[in-house]
Amino acid sequence: MVETIGNTAEGNMIINVGPQHPATHGVLHLVITINGETIQKVEPHLGYIHRSIEKMCESLTYRQFIYVTSRMDYLSAHINNHACALCVEKGLQIEVPTRAQYIRVIMDELTRIASHELWWGAMAMDLGAFTPFFHAFRERESINDIMEETCGARLTMNYMVPGGVMQDIHPDFQRKVKAFIQQFKSKFSEYNEMVTGNIIFQNRMKQVGVLSAEDAISYGCSGPAARGSGVSCDIRKIYPYEIYNTLEFEEVLETGGDSFARYMVRLNEMHQSIKIIEQLIDNIPEGDFQAKTKAVLKLPKGEFYQRVETARGELGVYIVSEGGTTPYRIKFRSPGFSNLSVLDHIARGSKLGDLVAMMGTLDLVIPDIDR
Amino acid sequence: MFLKEYIKEVYSAVKSLLVGMRRTGYYFTHHKEIITQQYPDNRATLHLPERFKGEVVMPHDNNNEHRCTGCTACELACPNGTIKVVTKFDVTPEGKKKKAVDKLVYHLELCTMCNLCVEACPSDAIKMAQTFEHSVYDRNMLTKILNNPGSKIMEGVE
Ligand code: SF4
Ligand code: SF4
Repeated sequence: MVETIGNTAEGNMIINVGPQHPATHGVLHLVITINGETIQKVEPHLGYIHRSIEKMCESLTYRQFIYVTSRMDYLSAHINNHACALCVEKGLQIEVPTRAQYIRVIMDELTRIASHELWWGAMAMDLGAFTPFFHAFRERESINDIMEETCGARLTMNYMVPGGVMQDIHPDFQRKVKAFIQQFKSKFSEYNEMVTGNIIFQNRMKQVGVLSAEDAISYGCSGPAARGSGVSCDIRKIYPYEIYNTLEFEEVLETGGDSFARYMVRLNEMHQSIKIIEQLIDNIPEGDFQAKTKAVLKLPKGEFYQRVETARGELGVYIVSEGGTTPYRIKFRSPGFSNLSVLDHIARGSKLGDLVAMMGTLDLVIPDIDR
Repeated sequence: MFLKEYIKEVYSAVKSLLVGMRRTGYYFTHHKEIITQQYPDNRATLHLPERFKGEVVMPHDNNNEHRCTGCTACELACPNGTIKVVTKFDVTPEGKKKKAVDKLVYHLELCTMCNLCVEACPSDAIKMAQTFEHSVYDRNMLTKILNNPGSKIMEGVE
């Protein structure tokens, strides 16, 4: 698991965690300098799962490149696809039908809940509690079933297309989503009983990995990692897209800056997502689910940028077009990369065992960091 | 003073642990909420939604006729070269030459089940099947020819 590779002069020791390590949840390689149990330095090494997605996108058309982005942050696949579709729509100035916007937002929020569920289960497992993982997956499975029925896949749906969504919602969709909301509400108290209220768990989280608001901003953190430090950065509020400006929901903020604050932000965000879905699910307007678009999409010459709030933070899609059918250059600003860069800063001086709690609450998804 | 605090902390830690254990114990003794599926024993009752994207297939009717015109729209829509349409020229009864599909080669090992080809097909000739157990011993078996041997295009499909 942990392998010694050498001793340095001052009694420091360098150890490798990963790239194959259960706590990194992916192929992340951390080179950690420790003195006794105290962390001196954490150096993340990337590149083990680099698939060159940005370069691949340059050879794909504006319809085709969307499916690749499901493979970046695979837990927010819908939201990634949404960002790309929005960016292409911006370039072509396509008006998306209201029905499609409603469906997209519901799907985004379901994805967010599913992602936070998985994070919650995996986080508790990292800290030594195995049962919560199964409880989290029970709820997540209900969401996956809804996705499977409407989008035809459970994880990499490829449901968003430029102009709307690929297929109309399944006739059973609304009933199932409402059943899920009921299930979520009735089971949520278990989460607090099992994990949040547990003193041992709290002691492992509180005052661990403290990130100040200034540092969160200067490292470019976003999403729950920054909101746990009191930085207001919810793209859905600041730069609303689709119908988010007509919806009533709160941006969850905590001021602690420690692992427990980040934990609470994610738990409360699930409630806000439920609130958003409740506002929409009964009011999905009639109409088209897809705008009429040309068979071959050609973006005008220029540069286009679109940002969305994924489950991990701000995702930016930047397209440079030369006027052809494929992009000249695509750049993704992924939330995980900036959130990982803060790990060295918050881990210095703390104990090696706490590193797991910090990595867990930063919610790192490695394929998103290393595209 | 310190000792009192310490004992209090230990007491509350044990208490909060028991609260969590009670929940676990409840599920341990109440089996009615079993959500685990006994795959592969439940193959006979396994139900996949009709939109599930498992594999691209070309439906044929009883006369061994399909709807594919050989227009290659699916080949162009596919992001990773999974489909290759090999066309031939049929001779119609009037003696004219008409483009038709000879072989629609489909590489299952390359397919990402993105559904773009099905969306692109103008004559609804292909669709997604709900199969998912695709493992084979020889990877050549993953290259499939979607149109049946000897099949031809349905009447009236342009
Ligand atoms: S589903 Fe996607 S990857 Fe598979 S053949 Fe169709 S277009 Fe190609
Ligand atoms: S399957 Fe459809 S898109 Fe592909 S060649 Fe046949 S008719 Fe054209």
